[in-house]
Amino acid sequence: MTTTVRNVVRVAPPPAGPSWRGRLRAPAVFVLVAVLALVVAPLLLEPFRLGLLAKYLCFGIVALGIGLAWGQGGMLTLGQGVFFGLGGYAMGMYLKLHDAGGDLPDFMVWSGVEKLPALWVPFENPVFAVAFAVIGPVVLAVLLGSLVFRQRVRGAYFAILTQALAAATVILLVGQQGLTGGTNGLTNFFDLFGQDLAADGTQRGLYIVVAAVLGVLYLVAWQLVRSRFGRLLIAIRDGEDRVRFLGYNPATVKTVTFAVSAGMAGLAGALFVPVVGIISPALLGVVPSLELVVAVAVGGRFSLAGAVLGAVVMGYAKTSFSEQFADGWLYLQGALFILVMTLAPKGIFGLAATARDFVVSRRPRTGRPLMSTGTADIGGPLIEAQEPRA
Amino acid sequence: MEAIVNQLPIGLSIAAVLLLIALGLTFTFGQMGVINMAHGEFIMAGAYTAYLLQGWAGRQAVLVALPVAFVVAGVMGLILERVAIRHFYGRPLDTLLLTWGVSLVLQQLARDLFGAPNVQVRAPEWLQGGVGILPYNRLFIFALAVGSVVAIWGYMNRTSQGRRMQAVMQNRQLAAVSGINTGRVDQRTFFIGSGLAGIAGVALTLIGPVGPALGTYYIVDAFLVVVAGGLGQLRGALIAAAALGLLNSYAEFWTNASLAKVIVFVVIIAFLQIRPQGLFVLKARALT
Repeated sequence: MTTTVRNVVRVAPPPAGPSWRGRLRAPAVFVLVAVLALVVAPLLLEPFRLGLLAKYLCFGIVALGIGLAWGQGGMLTLGQGVFFGLGGYAMGMYLKLHDAGGDLPDFMVWSGVEKLPALWVPFENPVFAVAFAVIGPVVLAVLLGSLVFRQRVRGAYFAILTQALAAATVILLVGQQGLTGGTNGLTNFFDLFGQDLAADGTQRGLYIVVAAVLGVLYLVAWQLVRSRFGRLLIAIRDGEDRVRFLGYNPATVKTVTFAVSAGMAGLAGALFVPVVGIISPALLGVVPSLELVVAVAVGGRFSLAGAVLGAVVMGYAKTSFSEQFADGWLYLQGALFILVMTLAPKGIFGLAATARDFVVSRRPRTGRPLMSTGTADIGGPLIEAQEPRA
Repeated sequence: MEAIVNQLPIGLSIAAVLLLIALGLTFTFGQMGVINMAHGEFIMAGAYTAYLLQGWAGRQAVLVALPVAFVVAGVMGLILERVAIRHFYGRPLDTLLLTWGVSLVLQQLARDLFGAPNVQVRAPEWLQGGVGILPYNRLFIFALAVGSVVAIWGYMNRTSQGRRMQAVMQNRQLAAVSGINTGRVDQRTFFIGSGLAGIAGVALTLIGPVGPALGTYYIVDAFLVVVAGGLGQLRGALIAAAALGLLNSYAEFWTNASLAKVIVFVVIIAFLQIRPQGLFVLKARALT
């Protein structure tokens, strides 16, 4: 009896490298956006709008980290708010102490605290505060990541754990009234490095700092994804066990990526506080963390630019819609989200790819490379099936 | 010592509610790979069912509401499964985000229908008082959970439908080629799981007010029960819910509410170092 080979694995020829125009396109777009953001926007926008844009760009930095961890690395993190909050509180504590000028911060006086808590003392130093805003989240992420990823806890389990972390953090912050300002958080800041925070010039300068930081971090993330490390990260997203069989340690790669995304969120938090003037538990709990993930999904999780764009657009949409109909926003957000997940799972930035997939899936299957592994199509859910990749 | 005893009924009733919520989650998660964030809103739907039935059944509303809430929440789950979730099978993380969108809409809907302030459901007079340190209302919740677990156990192990459900959970493809209509089984599982959330909602009216955000307080803890207990495991959910409920109430008592959640989180992370897949694991040779 002869054996017939059913599934012929034909590998598609390697794609030709992009033309020189194609290669120049991405940097050209980046420079164009950078000029728009750094030069045109500060000239055109009134200070109030510019402040709002700076706030959205802060969210964009967090979204960049989510895009890296989730879009490229497949780690759905629902607790980025925690890292954002760590950065924000570090900065807020410095600003509070600086404004108090040697006295106790106002809210501590109201809560009846008599002596500055030991936890607060190092934050009198601005260098420590800014460094902690990045290092604190990184350390927490390395700790959590190495414990969790080493045990191969992943996917939905990881998402649930990060969400539980966000929930626990909020309850912790609210409960420690005298230490953290409770529900109100830290607010009423006046002075940043000798500059009046309310002045238009300071806000404009802050905006430029935020935009520049986002630009630099974007380049860093982009380079990271293109590097060997990034290839490995994407390979882990698509088949963690296979990468392990090749002799790599996925836990290390994932932990490093998670830590980078946490550091980004921390820095974003530190920038957010002087821009917006408040940090409170309501800004970093389960819901704000999820909202940012939603924004990334809407923008397009598989592209870093899509992630940032999603955060900026959703931030803008939230402000303008809640100004007009406060309650309608939740319906709109929910409905938008259901629609995006159903019709365009790759988000706005992936619309073209989604449309292409749709057309291809309708076409009779001839001449396509067969990469079937022999799983039967039973018309029901296949837990093993991986999601489509960009 | 007295404190330990006093805290016991509180911990056990929280555990009972968590168990009712987590049972539905663990089955939908284990069988279909669906992380249903809207599950919390089925709890809320159950609680509001009891509230609405007060107008008709008065103080016996809680009793009447039990079967009604089961059906109301179950039908909501069924609709969600048919309309949205079934298109997302095999993509658990996407179901999480999709159902979160659904949960936002349902919460706002509740706010528009019943108003943002909390409402009260008056407990039946025969649930007031208690024996010794055991208040009747918490005993009732406990009995409810025990009854539900026995019923679910019986369903899974003593009926052909339940056996089909177990078959699909263990190996979907093998179940499908053996002639089981897996889509039908999925619908039933979703109905029962969501219905249990409805019952949990009715139980919650006995120990607190009802508000549009009721579900959000319990959903995270319920997911932790699923993670610690193992996917699709009745035994796992039972033990994990009891442990988490008791740990929560004792940690809250000895430290304070704000530290308790952190302690629970740390304990879960530590536990996952020993059993990364939860207490009980379905043995399978599949790799992801």
